[in-house]
Formats: sequence, C-alpha cells, structure tokens
Amino acid sequence: MDMRPDPLVMMTTQAPTHATLSAPTKVAAKNVNVFYGAKQALTNVSVEIPEKSVTAFIGPSGCGKSTFLRCINRMNDTVDSCRVEGLIQIDGKDIYDPALDPVQLRARVGMVFQKPNPFPKSVYDNVAYGPRIHGLSRSKAELDQIVEQSLRKASLWEEVKDRLSDSGTGLSGGQQQRLCIARTIAINPEIILMDEPCSALDPIATARIEELMEELRKNFTMIIVTHSMQQAARVSQRTAFFHLGILVETGSTSDIFTNPVDKRTQDYITGRFG
Amino acid sequence: MTDITAGGVSAPLRRVEFDTPAAKARLRGRYRSEARFKSYGIIALCIAATFLIALLASIFSRGIPGFFQHYLVTEVLVDAAKIDPQGKGDAATLRAGDYTAVARAALAEAVPGVEGRQMKKELNSLLSSGAGDALREQVIANPSLVGQRIKVPLLLADEADLFLKDSGTKLLVLSETRGIATPSAKTGEITILVGANDFADDIAVVKAELKALAASIDETVALRKERGATPESLDSLVKEAVELRRRYDAAATSETLDSKTASRLVAINGGIVKIKEMSPTSVKGEVILPLKSTDDAAPGTWGIRVYETPESNRNLNDLGVTFLEELKAKGLVESQFNFAFFTRGDSREAELAGIQGALVGSILTLLVTIGLCLPIGVLAAIYLEEFAPKNWITELIEININNLAAVPSIVFGLLGLAVFLNFFGMPRSAPLVGGLVLALLVLPTIIIASRAALKSVPPSIREAALGVGASKQQAVFHHVLPLAMPGIMTGTIIGMAHALGETAPLLMIGMVAFIVDVPSTLSQSATVLPVQIFLWSDLPEPAFKMKTAAAIMVLLAVLFVMNGLAIWLRKKFERRW
Amino acid sequence: MAGWYALVVVALMLAGFALARGRAQSIAGGDYAGMHSLPSYHGLYTASLAFIPALLTFLIGSQIAGYLATHSAVSALPNDIQSDILRQGAALREVVNIVRGGPVGSASAEIQSAAASYSSTLFAAQWITLASGVFIGLAGLSWGLSRISMNFRARNSFEKMVYVLLWICATIAVLTTIGIVFSVVGETYRFFFDPAIKGKPTVGEFLFGTDWNPQAAMRADQGEINTAYGFLPLLVGTLLITVIAILVAGPLGLFSAIYLAEYASPGVRAVAKPILEILAGIPTVVLGFFAALTVAPYVRGWGEAFGLNVASESALAAGLVMGMMIIPFISSLSDDVINAVPQSLRDGAYAMGATKSETIRQVILPAALPGIVSAFMLAISRAIGETMIVVMAAGLAANLTFNPLDAVTTITVQIKTILVGDQEFDSAKTLAAFALGFVLFFVTLVLNFIALKVVQKYREQYD
Repeated sequence: MDMRPDPLVMMTTQAPTHATLSAPTKVAAKNVNVFYGAKQALTNVSVEIPEKSVTAFIGPSGCGKSTFLRCINRMNDTVDSCRVEGLIQIDGKDIYDPALDPVQLRARVGMVFQKPNPFPKSVYDNVAYGPRIHGLSRSKAELDQIVEQSLRKASLWEEVKDRLSDSGTGLSGGQQQRLCIARTIAINPEIILMDEPCSALDPIATARIEELMEELRKNFTMIIVTHSMQQAARVSQRTAFFHLGILVETGSTSDIFTNPVDKRTQDYITGRFG
Repeated sequence: MTDITAGGVSAPLRRVEFDTPAAKARLRGRYRSEARFKSYGIIALCIAATFLIALLASIFSRGIPGFFQHYLVTEVLVDAAKIDPQGKGDAATLRAGDYTAVARAALAEAVPGVEGRQMKKELNSLLSSGAGDALREQVIANPSLVGQRIKVPLLLADEADLFLKDSGTKLLVLSETRGIATPSAKTGEITILVGANDFADDIAVVKAELKALAASIDETVALRKERGATPESLDSLVKEAVELRRRYDAAATSETLDSKTASRLVAINGGIVKIKEMSPTSVKGEVILPLKSTDDAAPGTWGIRVYETPESNRNLNDLGVTFLEELKAKGLVESQFNFAFFTRGDSREAELAGIQGALVGSILTLLVTIGLCLPIGVLAAIYLEEFAPKNWITELIEININNLAAVPSIVFGLLGLAVFLNFFGMPRSAPLVGGLVLALLVLPTIIIASRAALKSVPPSIREAALGVGASKQQAVFHHVLPLAMPGIMTGTIIGMAHALGETAPLLMIGMVAFIVDVPSTLSQSATVLPVQIFLWSDLPEPAFKMKTAAAIMVLLAVLFVMNGLAIWLRKKFERRW
Repeated sequence: MAGWYALVVVALMLAGFALARGRAQSIAGGDYAGMHSLPSYHGLYTASLAFIPALLTFLIGSQIAGYLATHSAVSALPNDIQSDILRQGAALREVVNIVRGGPVGSASAEIQSAAASYSSTLFAAQWITLASGVFIGLAGLSWGLSRISMNFRARNSFEKMVYVLLWICATIAVLTTIGIVFSVVGETYRFFFDPAIKGKPTVGEFLFGTDWNPQAAMRADQGEINTAYGFLPLLVGTLLITVIAILVAGPLGLFSAIYLAEYASPGVRAVAKPILEILAGIPTVVLGFFAALTVAPYVRGWGEAFGLNVASESALAAGLVMGMMIIPFISSLSDDVINAVPQSLRDGAYAMGATKSETIRQVILPAALPGIVSAFMLAISRAIGETMIVVMAAGLAANLTFNPLDAVTTITVQIKTILVGDQEFDSAKTLAAFALGFVLFFVTLVLNFIALKVVQKYREQYD
C-alpha cells in the first residue's frame, strides 16, 4: 500500500473545513478524479468522513455526489468506461489497492440505492442473501436469527414477520426500501452508503427511513446523498457540498446551513440555483 | 423504535471476516466458481464457432472442386462428313450435326491403338455425353470451322473428372530391377515370360491382400450377426471368405487376379498389359494399349503398375484409369473453371448439371414474394402502428402476426397446397405459387420489422407535420414513412434472405420436379436454388455431392451479400434521435 | 387475357387521375387556397373510383369465367366420365393442358371436344368480363368527375379509401391463419369422418396407435389390412430429436447469451455476434446436407469405435445438427431477456459483495427465468416444426424407440414424404398428411402462444 504523501495533495486547494473532527476518521479521500471516458466527472475531491455519524452529500444534479459515493465501495468498477484516480482510504487502507478485492470491500461497505431494488425472491431470501454468499451463518437457526435481527433493525420485522416467504417485490415502496436496508445490515457492514434513499418514497415512508438512519448511526458510519437540503439538515451531522464535480465545502451540518464560507454554497442553500 | 431495542438484546450481528484462513479459503472457492462459470460461456461460444467452422469447412472442401471441371484439350478435326455431309452450311444443319462422333474421333486419335468393341466403349465413356456441346456452339457461331482442325476443350464424364480430382485410386509404379521379359504378342490376350522368379514377391503381396480381405469379411459377418442378421443372409459372405482363405493357403504356383484385389498391369515395350493370371515366372493378361514390338525387354525398361483400390471399389475401371493416365501423360487433360455451372439447367449427368434454372426460378419466386409482401407488410405496419384503434380486433391482429411468425414453414406449404393449388387451381411447381406462399411466410417478419422502424421515428416529427396542418395520413406518408424506410428495407432484405433459403413449403407445392429448362414466366414449372440443392443431395452419384456443395456455396454467397447489404444499410442510415 | 385486364385497369387509373385533376384545376381557376382539396387529391379520388370497381370486376369475372368453362367442359364429356370423380379430374387436367397449348397428341375425341367447348366458353366469358369491367370503370370515372367542386372533400374521401386499404393489408395475417386452419382442419375432418375415405383410422387409433405405415394404403389389393396410421412413433421420434436438439442448444445457447450479455468485451462481442448470426442465417437445407453427409457418418464412426450399434440415419445426428440450428435462436432470445433485467438488481447484488457469477446465477437468471423459459418453448416449437434437417438426415422408418442411436422418423418427414410427388386428394394417405399438419400447427401454436404471453408479461414487469 502506498502511504507516501502525494506531492499533489499539498498543492491542491483544500476545501474549507469548519470544525475539527470530533470522531476518528473512517473514510478519507485525497485528490480523487473520476472520468467517464474522456469526460471528467469529479475533480480533486478530498474529504474526511468521521466514524459513526451521518455525512450528507448535497449539491445540484450532475454535481458528482453520487459518482463519489459509488467510488467508496467501488461500484464504479462495474461501469466499463469509468476511471478513478487518487486515493480513497478506509481505516487508513487504500481501497483501490490492486490486492484488495472489491467483493471484500463491498461486504464492509454496504449500499442502498435510489430506487428500491429487492431481488425477485422472498423477503427472507432477500435478507439472507448476503449472509449466505459470505458464509456468515453456520446453521438454519443462526440464519433465521440474522434475518430477524436485521429486519428488526430496519424496523420492518413487525410488518413482514408473517409473510417472510412472500416475494420482496410485492411490498410497498417504503417497505421495499427498508427491506434493502435490512439486506444491507444483515452482513453488518462498517459503512452504509445511501444514494438518495428516499427520493422514490412518499413523505411518511421517508420519515420512517430518516428515523431509522438516526438509530443506525449508533453502529454504522453512514454517508447519504440527498437532493433535499431539509433532509440533510435533519439527519446528518456533517455535510459536504458538491458543485460541477468539485467538492466546494465541507463541515458540520449546522455550520454549512447557517454559516457557509463559500459563495456557491450560500447561493445553493438559499435557493439561488439547484 | 422498540424493534431495535428488542434486536439489541440478542447477540450483535457478526461481521464478515476475510483474514481468517477459513474465510480466505472460502473466498478462493468463490473466485474459482466465478472463473468456472465464466469459462462455460467461453466454451459454449467456442463450440458454436466450431460447429460453424466444421460446417463451412465441410461444404467448402467438397464444393470448391465442384466449380472446376476436367477437359480433354486436344486437336479436333471438325469433320464435314459428320456434321454437314451435304455441305449446306445453314444453322439448322450445323445444329443437328453429330458432334459426339467428332469428339470421339479426337479421343481415339489421342489414345491410338485401342481395339475391340468393349475397349472402344470404355474409352468413349470417358467423354461426357455433352462433350460436343461447346464445339457445336462454336461451329454454329463460325461455320467456316467445318473441315478444319481446331483445339477445343472436350468435357470429360463425371467418373473421369472425379478420378482426376483425386478421389480415384493410388497409383504405384514398381520399377525395382527385374529380369528380361518377353511378350508373346502385341495385342489381345498375351503371355509375358520372365527369366527368374520375378513375380514371386508380387504373388506373396496378392496373397496377403486376399488374407486381409477375408479377415475384413469375417468382421462384417460378425457385426451383422450381432445386429441380428439371419445366417442365410450371411451365407454368401461366409462362402466368399472361405474361398479367399483357400486361395491364400494354396501353393504359390499361380494366382488369378480379380476385381477384389488391387489391379496390376505390366508396362512393357510402350504398351500396357492388364495382368489376369500370375505365376512366379510368367504373367497372362490382356493388352490395353498395344505394344510396339514383341522384342525382349531389358531389365529396367519394363515395370509393374499397381492401382491400389480394387476395381470393384472404384467408379472407373482399369481400362478407364489406364486411358486417363495415358491422356494425362500426354498432357491433354486440363482442369478449367466450370462456367457452364452457371449457364446450364439441371441434368441427369453430373458434369452437365448447372444451377441457372434454379437461380432464375429463385429470382422469379422472390420477385413475386417481394412484390406482394413489401407493400402489404408496410401498409399493415402503418395501420397497426399509426392508425389502429385500441380494440380487440387490433389485438387479435397483433397476436395473430406474432404467432404466425413462429408457425412451422411446412404448414405454409400445406396452406399453399390446399388453398392455392386445390382450391384456386393455380399451376403446380410455378414460381407464382411459390412466391405467394413465401410472401405469406415472411409477411410477419416484414410487418414486425416495419413496425419497429416506424416506432423508432420520434413523435415530434408527426407533431411537427400535424402542426403545420397536414392530415394524419399526410404526416405519415410524407414524413414518418421516408424516415422509417431504411429500417423497413433492412427488415425486408433479411426477410427475403429467409425466403431465399426456404425449402420445405416449396416441396409441398411441387417445386421438386426435375426441370431442365430455364423458366421464363411465372406460371411455368420451375425449381429454386435450395430445392435444387435438396434434389442433388439425394442423388447417389458422388459427382452430384460435389455439385450440391458447390450450389450451397453459391446460395451462401448470395445470402452473405444480402445480409451484408442489410447491415450496411443499417449502419449507413442508423440515426439516433 | 390478364394482360388486357391490366391494361384496362392502368388506363382507367391514369385517365381518371388526369381528367379529374384537369377539371379541378379549371374549376379552381388558380384559386387553390379556396378549394378544400388540392387538384391532385381530386385526381387520386376519381382514379380510385375508376379502377377499383374495374379491378374487382376482373377478379370476380375471371373466376366465374373459369368456373363456367370447366362446367361446359364437364357437360361435354361422356356420362361415364362425368359420374366418376377421379376420371373427371384426370380428363379436366388433360383439357386444361390442351387449352394451355400443350400437345394434343393422343387425346381422345371426347377430350378434344370438351377442350373446344372449354376454350370457347372461356373466351366468351372473358370478353364479357372485360367489357363489363370497362363499363363499370367508366361509370365510376364519370361519377367521380361529376363530384368535383370547390367544396368537395376529395382528400378526406381518398384518405378513407386508403384507410380501408391499410386495414385490409393488416387483416391479411388473420386471413392467412384462417386459410391454414381451413386447409388443415377441413382435410383432417375428412380424414377421420368422411365415409368415402377408405382405410382411415379412428381418432383413438390415430392418437394411440403404435404402427405407422401409410405406404401400404397405396396398394388397393392389400386394402385395409396393412394400413396403419398410429401417430405415436412419429410423436416419439419428433420428441426424441427435439430433446437431443434442446440438450445441445439449451446449455450452449444460454451460456453464450450469458457470456455475451454479462462478460464479453466489445471486441469479443464483435466477433461472437456475427458467428451466431451467420449460424442463424444458414438455410436448413444446408444444415441437412451437413447432417447427412458429415455428421451422421461421424456419429456412426464414433459409435462403432465404442462398439455401439448406430443407424446410419440416427436420431442423434439429426438432433445434433438441429441443436446447432437452435443455438443462435436461444442465445439471441436469452440475450434480450437478460439485457432487460434492470441494472438496479445487478447493482444491488454487487453492493452486497456478490461476485459476477453469483449475481448472474442468484439474481439475474431467476429474474429472467420467465423469459428464458419462453425462449426455450419457442425453440422447442421451432425444432418440432423443422423439416429439411430431418428429411435429409433422419430416416423414414417409423420406429417406436427412445434410443438416440436408432433411426426414427418425425411428423414433418412424414408430411413431406406423403405429399411430395403425385397425390390423390381423396386417399386416406394424403389426408393423413393434413392430419399431421394439424397436429403440428396446433402444438406449435399453443407453445408459441404461451411463450409470447409469458414474454409480454415479463416485459411489462420491467418496463
């Protein structure tokens, strides 16, 4: 693993940071550039994300916040034309190290998507999928326990406990999204990435997911991409503002929303654009 | 959030481990199965490619020789006595002339000294029955050739042609030094005496052949017994093996050669003698090519020729082989590209059979097909895509079209037979009916392709046209249809390629007749290329197998061009909206 | 005569267009904007009014003329020929042959007089048809001309006619299906229930009989004794070859599709896709030739090397090549359904740390299953209906066997064998072919219908 300081890091303009980090850093990115073919989607993104808290990425559409999120569990590997440069570390280890296996990485960094995407299998099998492929359970009873626990943590247990063998695609949108969260929790990742998890949901389902995030941050480091500034303000402790592929500003959520340093951030949160 | 509190009571969820040896082994296992799964796909594609290559290799290796034909290229005396005895010189007389006799005379000149009815017949059978056809055309075009000697290629018969294309026999020349040989005469049945035991070795070889033959008969008998053949049916085979063994066991004084063993001939004093009986010190045989003298032949000036394939396993007998070898030695045999393959109709003689009739039949049939199914298909697609109301009739039509696309083609043949031939009384074997049946067959394909092409034209085009006051039909015919045309043409070409390769429905409506003439109207009897292929493939002559493969190559080439055209059209006019 | 008809139709069309357009132009006097329809629409409208009735008259008239001519020929024939349907048919064929300019040759005096009456009736009827067609066409033309005015909505009227034409074209597919049903169902009904047909089986004998021997029915002296129309051997033969084909093509096609859709780089796809497309474009008669001449001897040689008893026209050889034909079919259909599985499902699985093959096997294939099943059903229907490969590579012997090394025969082979060559339309043997065609049509129709419905449902699910 390459731990030498990159000379470029020193030269780039660091996005202004408000407060010193209270918790230890879980994810650190240095000078990340992402290209789709010849088009550059992210330029020199450097950020540190603290452990066991919710960090929100905000910004107008196409600003690269989702792209950056997908770099953290290397989902971008599945896109042929995508190329990632720079350094992203989790617990100080480079996740783009060729020796590191993306399958391992994704077991540690879970992800919840914009549109609920339960597998066309039963509720039980959806949740049991991760433990099964990673060999987390030694017996059926243990697997049952994992499924139940995960569903409880995703506050879905009471609603589906009588229909665990029904298809996961038959649930309502909000339930489907919580099922996807339960599926992610089942392998107990260290980090959970959420890519606009509430954009396809109604306000009530959104509220339940937001409550859930509040609970989950006790055990998980969470990063959420959101369109809604209100949501960022409600659920996150820290916020990063992206604009045109550049990380403009990062800081504690209250600072970003009350006292932004950068003019662009200010314009965005006051609704001048976006 | 009571759920979570309740969950929190039990043990926390386990985290995925990757650093323990067990976890590492597990991960390795998962990647092995990944690699295995991926390799299945590669293997499947490779097998599919192998199939294709095997198919093409098999067709090409058989078909390429089919495009070539061997000719006897020699000086021909265009004998006025045979062609135009009265010296009239008009085209009708010239056409009626006996050009076969002219060709045969030229052949006799090329292989002099062949005597006897049987021998002459064998010699003449080397020439095709149509050997004089090209000469006839030449003479009709230029009557002044009568009476002259000209060099023309004379078509050889299919057996001779096949022999020359190396599916005949292996020729062995044994020229190890032997003693002086003395032939008893120049022609007819003769005896050749040699000094020492010159033929003792040859007799041993023949006996070995007899033994091997007996052994192979035994094997056949055993195999047939196993398959449940009755002992009576095997009787003659068993007897034959016993007889062969008896000959093998007999003393090596004299041995008769027959058509079951390799043929042996003596080349001596400029002539060739086919051995019929062999003893260590002499051979008896029949002269095929006359000897120049009965002088003693010195050691080294004479030898034995062996045709390894027994005569009974060959299409060309010893006489034919000997004559051909003689012609070849004189440099009179030439292989030429067989243009006639493209300019002749079908024939019972493989060397005369061509595909022009089938090609023209295919073209006429496809003209009917495209003339019907292009307008009908496009108009139907326009109706369904642009005008059809959403009701059960439309749905019925759509389901119908989709199902029709998957109905077996032979069922369309039944339709053609029952409705077009028997109900409407249309002529059998005619390109008109063939085209009708194929049009119905490919109509669903064209409708589906045209609908896809129409659908790909964005609604903004229609709206723009309607916006300037065009009627719906004007919008469709003036704006949408021209934009969809490349897609429609691509679909049509692919549909036509499909129709061109279709065989089964045409068999049903009688396009399987043996038709020599090239058809010129839509109601004449005709056949088409794939049916011609089917007909030829059924014939027993090996030369027709070659022709079949050659015709397949033509068919594949046409299909290749058509599909290439479709791809080119698609690429050229492909438009992203 | 067809030439005259065509000439009249084209002349009416051109005349109608030119006259009506000229008249409309003169009425408008240059003020086209004030006219409801452009002059050329008036032209098109009148042209249609002129040629459509004439065309219909010719189509109907020529059929009537043919019927009348046949009728007059029959009535000119001696009574004994008239009463025997078979002899009457033969005589009529001879008559038509003579009329079409064939050699008069050895035709009897009766036939010649029938031919004379045939041709005179035909001549008269055709000229009457031509005259009435011209008259009706001209009537339509003048009516069209009389309607031209500033306010006449010629465009709308013409477009209505075009609409009807479009509708007629769209219904031709339905007519085709009706034609198929009419031809196979009618003859099949006669095969089972027409009392005039000798040697026919009952429905039960047909469906459950284990002997198929239609050739014996040809020889009148053997009568009904050797006639056997047991359908089971054909069914078993067809299924045996189909199963072999699917066993070959199923895994190969599916794995090819998976590899192409999920793994292959653009370079590999650029090579592999054309290979499959070429394979798909090879005519079945070529595959049949390959099966009979290359694969069958090869299979036989291999079998014999292992001491097995292989027929020279084994089901295995035909099935292998049929499988080869179906590979591209299954792979392209499966490729479509795999590509239709939404990316979000793949993302979900990858995000859980699944490998690519785990994602495919546990998420994509279950999601695509309905589509893949219907691809297989369409492939089975294609294999059952395929004719040329089995005609050339499978045998004629109707063996009731499940051994792939034996020779078997199939439904399509028997249809082809019975119907190629001369056939009498009233023998049980010929009708048997239509009964087989009915079975074939029915089975493939059901398979296709279900498969297409499943695919449709599946598409809707992910749209």
